[in-house]
Parts: sequence; structure tokens; C-alpha cells
Amino acid sequence: MERVATMQLTINGEMRELSWAPDVAAMVAELGLDARKVAVERNLEIVPRSLYAATQLADGDRIEIVHFIGGG
Amino acid sequence: MSFSPEEVERYARHLVLREIGGPGQQALKASRVLIVGAGGLGAPAALYLAAAGVGVLGLADDDTVGMSNLQRQVLYATEDIGRLKVDVASNRLADLNPHVQIEAHAVAVTADNAREVVSGYDLVLDGTDNFDVRFAVSDACVAEGKTLVSGAIGRWTGQVGVYPPGQACYRCLVPEAPPDAETCSAVGVVGALAGVIGSMMALEAIKLITGAGDPLAGRLFIYDALSAETRTVRLSKDPACPACGA
Repeated sequence: MERVATMQLTINGEMRELSWAPDVAAMVAELGLDARKVAVERNLEIVPRSLYAATQLADGDRIEIVHFIGGG
Repeated sequence: MSFSPEEVERYARHLVLREIGGPGQQALKASRVLIVGAGGLGAPAALYLAAAGVGVLGLADDDTVGMSNLQRQVLYATEDIGRLKVDVASNRLADLNPHVQIEAHAVAVTADNAREVVSGYDLVLDGTDNFDVRFAVSDACVAEGKTLVSGAIGRWTGQVGVYPPGQACYRCLVPEAPPDAETCSAVGVVGALAGVIGSMMALEAIKLITGAGDPLAGRLFIYDALSAETRTVRLSKDPACPACGA
């Protein structure tokens, strides 16, 4: 993981300050999310699940957690 | 294919639209559209597509009408309780527009029969309430090269996506069934939300068939009804997708 002085993420509209730059997999773990139940949206783009570990977050990223729904 | 004077009057509001007009209405009449799930989403989608004059409208659902359906499944009336949804829907839609040929499939769509059901249609709408059926329909659409219009609702949230062949498929978004998936019967759903999302599915189908505008392809539309907020996010193919990945 890359070391940075400080990094700001907006997660579900809330600003978060981090002392490290996680990838999406680390962020999902940090937030305590079950990856099978949600999609992660980064700057209005859904990150494919197999690319979580390879997708490094950057300062200023806007993250939304999209919960899967299946009702009809 | 030409239109009778009655059809010209019936479709007058489409015919004056620059993006539909005569050619678009002809395309609708020549189209074969399948709706899987004749419930909260399928009901408004079927009503609008029949009213719009699609040539053949297939409905796949093995369920019967129940009292708790009537809060949102606007195709059905109180007297229909206990009857097969596709039978009631066929009659209602034929009354609405006798020019539409309704094909009722009173079957549960599964991984075993999905390709067979889907193969007879140009375009598939999925508004079922079950992830396994959603995967079966999506995989069948990938295999058969059909565009899928997928809608989902739960509580106060709705989602719509359009998945054309070669682009991200439904499984690129949802790779596996979420554990303990919430169902509308367990957590509830506001009835009018089914109307919003089901109507959007019909509208995207009409755009795809007529070539009007930009389809919602490769994007997911998310509606949070409680906050009255919407956003549209981009989808990309998952290289490891179990259905369409390389």
C-alpha cells in the first residue's frame, strides 16, 4: 500500500480523511461490507469486483456503496 | 407493413414524435418483446408496451394473483385473485390493444429453460423477484445475443440497467446472489416505485426498438425515492465475469 500524508475520500456523501491510500478491496474490508451484497461506485463508475484489489483509490475520490436489490 | 386508419389514430402521439414517427412505430409493430415476471415491474411494463403497439409481447410467469399483489401490480383486479397472472394479463392487454399478439408462458423460468424461452424474442425485460432467475435470464440473453433490460426494486430504491450483447452483462454488476437477499415480501416496497421503474423499463425498450435517443446501455440508473435523488453510473465488463468474461 502506498504511503501518503493524508487523503480525503467521500463515501456515501460523507468526507473521510485517511492516512493511507487503500485499494477498493481494502476499503470494503475497512468498512465491514459483505462484498457479495454491494457494488462499489468510484467517481460514478462501478468497479468490477475482480478488479477491487487492483483499483487504488486516490485523493478526492467519491465513493458510493450500491446495495444490490432484486425485488420485482 | 402498413397501418389502418384506426392504428394511425391509436398511435397518433407516437407518430408525431420526431424520434419515433412512422418508421419507429413500424419497428414497434415488427418487434417481439419478452417480459419475464408479470409482477410489480412486469405489470406496468406490459401495459405500456402493449399500448405502444409492440407486435408480439411474451409474458413469462407461473404465479397466480394474490391479494398482496394488488398494492402495486396494476394489471390485476380484486376479482382476479387466484387466477394465473399470464392469463389475466393476456385478456387485459388484448382489451387494451387488439393489435398486439400476446404469448403467455405459464412457466417458472429457470437455468434449464431460459434459453428456449428467450430465443423467440428480440428483446428481453426482466422484472423478477429472485436473483437465481435474474442470472438465468441474463445468461440466456448473453448466450442468445439478446439485449436485456433489467429492473429491480426494494423498499424505496429502484435500479434499471440495459445490457446489450458484447457490453457489460448483469453478472458483471452482480456476480453472485447476495446472501440473505431481501425480498419485497420481507422488507416491503412502495407500490408506486414499481410503476416508476417498470415504466422506465418499457421506455428503454421503446428507445431500443425505435432507435430513439441514447439507451441506458452500459449504465445503471439508481433512484432513491425517499430522498427524491437519482444518479446514473457507468458499468464496465468484468474481465472475470462468470457469464461474459474472456
